[in-house]
Amino acid sequence: MIAQILVDGITSGAMIGLGAIGLTLTYGLLRFANFAHGEFATWGAYLALLVAGAIGPADPLGPLTFGWPLLAALAASMVLTALLAAALDGVLFRRLRRHGSAITLVIASFGASLALRSALEFGFGPQPWYYTRDIAMTVRLGPGMRATWDQLAVLGLAIVLMLAMHLLMTRTPLGRAMRAVSENPDLARLAGIDPARIVRVTWLLGGALAASAGVFLGVTVQLRPSMGFELLLPLFAAAILGGIGSVPGAMLGGLIIGIAEAASVPLAGAQYRAAVAFVVMLAMLLVRPSGLFGGRGG
Amino acid sequence: MSGLASYACFFFTVALTYGVATLGLNLQWGSAGLFNVGVAGFAAVGAYAAAWLTAAPAAGHWGGFQLPIALGWIGAMAAAALAAAILGAITLRLRADYLAITTFGAAVTIELVALNAQTLTGGPFGIAFIPKPFEALADRPLAFGAANLALVAAVAALAYWALERLTGSPWGRVLRALREDEAAAASLGKAPDAFRLQAFVIGAALIGLAGAMQAQFFGFIAPDNYLPVLTFQVWVMLVVGGSGNNRGALLGALAVWALWSFSGTALAALLPGTLQARGAALRVVAIGVVLAGVLLLRPRGLIGERATVSRHISG
Repeated sequence: MIAQILVDGITSGAMIGLGAIGLTLTYGLLRFANFAHGEFATWGAYLALLVAGAIGPADPLGPLTFGWPLLAALAASMVLTALLAAALDGVLFRRLRRHGSAITLVIASFGASLALRSALEFGFGPQPWYYTRDIAMTVRLGPGMRATWDQLAVLGLAIVLMLAMHLLMTRTPLGRAMRAVSENPDLARLAGIDPARIVRVTWLLGGALAASAGVFLGVTVQLRPSMGFELLLPLFAAAILGGIGSVPGAMLGGLIIGIAEAASVPLAGAQYRAAVAFVVMLAMLLVRPSGLFGGRGG
Repeated sequence: MSGLASYACFFFTVALTYGVATLGLNLQWGSAGLFNVGVAGFAAVGAYAAAWLTAAPAAGHWGGFQLPIALGWIGAMAAAALAAAILGAITLRLRADYLAITTFGAAVTIELVALNAQTLTGGPFGIAFIPKPFEALADRPLAFGAANLALVAAVAALAYWALERLTGSPWGRVLRALREDEAAAASLGKAPDAFRLQAFVIGAALIGLAGAMQAQFFGFIAPDNYLPVLTFQVWVMLVVGGSGNNRGALLGALAVWALWSFSGTALAALLPGTLQARGAALRVVAIGVVLAGVLLLRPRGLIGERATVSRHISG
């Protein structure tokens, strides 16, 4: 029972963590809570559906329900969603940053979120979509622990993406520049870093990672127009839990929220799952508003 | 002709209930700079409280106290104010955008409770047969509509008058001072958290009242009425009308509700039957684009906030 909660919690936590990385980075860099971030996950999932559909069917890989077309679609959708995020910034947020307050940006992002979601709902309808109708095969991991091969594959891919992101942030000049601009934009500019370029890169990375979270959610659950919006509260909770601006914090926060959600199901029933993130977040704000990794909160 | 007149009454009645909610949000955001993304949640609290207090007992849900409608509305304001007091006590001392996230979370949680606590709320089926004001007139549509409109107009006028008095008073000045420069206001001995909490609670009470009035005019509520799109509508009303200005809030509510109703009719007429269900989604896209356009091109809204200058300077 407890072991099964861990398996489910860690897989969904990894997806929350992937989405929260982009949210916490743009939040730390631009100082605004982007309510449209969840829609990048939704758009990522649906874009992958379109690309995979265009490639056509292929044999599934081993015990998985999907084949190489979905992996190609994942890569394509990450690129496309990254461009979507950068475009949204260019059309809306960048102009508002010039003369508006941070909170004007939040209103605008709330509007953008509803518009992006409604546009998808118009195109695809409110009914759920699936990448495949095949039954996912499960594997026994230990006593009372089962996972589908899909879940394990998704978890593996998520870990690879997170590791790559961590290495990028800590080991490359680009990552150093991103952290520098987030810490102190003026000092970073003095050191010859172009903040506008860093902002663009942050949107691209955040959009791509959110798209991957959306595709993984689509593989393990289903695609619905509201999937990203429902992910938004867990994403915020993970970002606040880990400390705004902290990439490892977002990953750990995602894991904690995922496990807490999975643990709540036998206690309160699956229907209140979404409220768990809210309760954990409130508790964190009461006890330690700056987050586990002491980000820019409080 | 009388059909058109009763439609006009209905249109303005609904628009003015939105106006009251927008006035409440204007106190929170326009005067105090508090960012509430949970408008739908507070409206839901008010609506369900009023429904429990005034409706007849029914097997499907809790409540059924059959109190007079006026008591139901007072109860709705009290319930929304209580919810705001609890949430505000936790989050108002934190940075502004955390309030946005937590009010959003509260609204999502309230919607979940409305949907799932079946014995309390009737679950997805909601609560029906909520008594309407002036039910005795129901067989004469025009008189019924006019009486309802007069009632909601009186409530809106009262709320407007009270808010004008409040925001013009020293209390309102402190709120604006805190919004502009918290450190300077605090150095003058004003306790920021207490003033903010008061503004947040009063604003939420008005939003709860708006929810209660809508419940009472429609006679039926369900969790579907309190989705984030409601929050968004009220925000667009405030931004379009001009935040910081109570007249702007009312004007924005009328203008955006007109746009919303008109776009619904237009989409119904233009789209083929198969796309009707999806047409509702296009409406949200259109309103979202209007919001972005106003924010980018006319950030002050139709009527912006009046500049407050000391009479010693302006002479």
